[in-house]
Amino acid sequence: MSELPGDLLFTNDHEWLRREADGSVTIGITDHAATALGDLVYVELPEVDQDVDAGGEMAVVESVKAASDVYAPVAGRVAAVNEDLSDDPEKINADPYGDGWIVRMALADGLDESELMTPDAYQQVLDELDD
Amino acid sequence: MGAKTPYYDKHVEAGARIVDFGGWDMPLHYGSQKEEHHAVRQGAGVFDVSHMTIVDLGGERARDFLRHLVANDVGKLKDYGKALYTCMLNDAGGVIDDLIIYYLSDTRYRMVVNAATREKDLAWIREQAKAFDVEVVERSELAMIAVQGPRARALAAPCIDAEYREAALGLKPFYGMEAGEWFVARTGYTGEDGWEIVMPAADAHAVWDRLLAAGVAPCGLGARDTLRLEAAMNLYGSDMDETISPLDAGLAWTVAWEPAERAFVGRSAIEALRNSPDRQRFVGLLLEDKGVLRNHQRVVVDGVGEGEITSGGFSPTIGRSIALARVPAGDYDRVQVDVRGKLLNARIVKTPFVRNGQVRIDV
Repeated sequence: MSELPGDLLFTNDHEWLRREADGSVTIGITDHAATALGDLVYVELPEVDQDVDAGGEMAVVESVKAASDVYAPVAGRVAAVNEDLSDDPEKINADPYGDGWIVRMALADGLDESELMTPDAYQQVLDELDD
Repeated sequence: MGAKTPYYDKHVEAGARIVDFGGWDMPLHYGSQKEEHHAVRQGAGVFDVSHMTIVDLGGERARDFLRHLVANDVGKLKDYGKALYTCMLNDAGGVIDDLIIYYLSDTRYRMVVNAATREKDLAWIREQAKAFDVEVVERSELAMIAVQGPRARALAAPCIDAEYREAALGLKPFYGMEAGEWFVARTGYTGEDGWEIVMPAADAHAVWDRLLAAGVAPCGLGARDTLRLEAAMNLYGSDMDETISPLDAGLAWTVAWEPAERAFVGRSAIEALRNSPDRQRFVGLLLEDKGVLRNHQRVVVDGVGEGEITSGGFSPTIGRSIALARVPAGDYDRVQVDVRGKLLNARIVKTPFVRNGQVRIDV
């Protein structure tokens, strides 16, 4: 498994967040999640400007095998969605932390980093899963 | 930790993602389920199917026994090696399992039944066999692979003992033959040409290595499922089970009603259903909207009623979602499917969706 990018934060649901310069956050699923799902074939994206609660359903990723909800790790308003995934959902498999981003959100409140994991902490979660 | 087939170490070596399947540790895929799927449609792939249960039947009354046990009629089988696909029913006409029977002689047959149903199948078969004095021998010591795809037979032929190779290459579709300790059959579960090959476990590793070296792609249960769905082949436990008759699972063609005096198990129950006017339909669906159809989703037919998807998924060959579904009686071809709370449009299409590498429906 590849090295986790150092500028990301992670959730227990195997999602990642990146803080952007404008204060928004970009959200995707981790390489571990994408690999576990297998080849992705469809992504259901939220509407831009839609309000999302923390823990609420934000997107659905479907692989050849199964559908899986992507939950919003933070509350906010959808600022942008990755439209490219409509035609090419496998971008998530190929580049989960880059071209495979799913949603950009304007935060309702600040980012409570205590709820999120650093790359090192998330790596530990992954290591324990392998045991 | 589940049971392991003779190929287990080879799966691990090939980087398989191992999952539990009916108590067996089996490969789900070796990296990409879609690539494995395409390999079988365009070239050749090999599946480990050793988890399936091989049962040999022997005895003077073996033919009579099978004419009693299953809904299709082994009386049709006259040629050595000819295979028959059939359902084994309970007294209520529900499907205990679907299986293939190979005819070796009037006193000798080989059956291949599903892995997940092994115990109940064997118990049922042995119970039914008592009255016929037929010997029922499970061959769990054997290994079995399916080599499937347009190039499968050409690439697998060198693995077969030279003494039998020509005969194996000459097998017609849906025929099998003994080849020394091996058994080779031109059957499969993908909608492509190919062989299913049974061999002693001692031969398993060498054959696997040879096939992979020849360019045959190792394929997991994931691709096996999308391939069989495109070929519109039923999956036991999804499309039918003990509460569903073969007539409600698109398998009426496997029921031999003639001769009328053949009293196979479940006959009277399904005969009662046979002429019922409001029979459900078992159909193929093509999703016209974006999304993915999945098992158990609700099918809504405007003004008619509701049905259910029995097998749904994404078709890598078509690039759209397809499904098999049980829907209410009636003359219509447009339906909607409740996909995660949204009603999406789908169209009833004539199956199979894909056969021999070609898309067979209007997309």
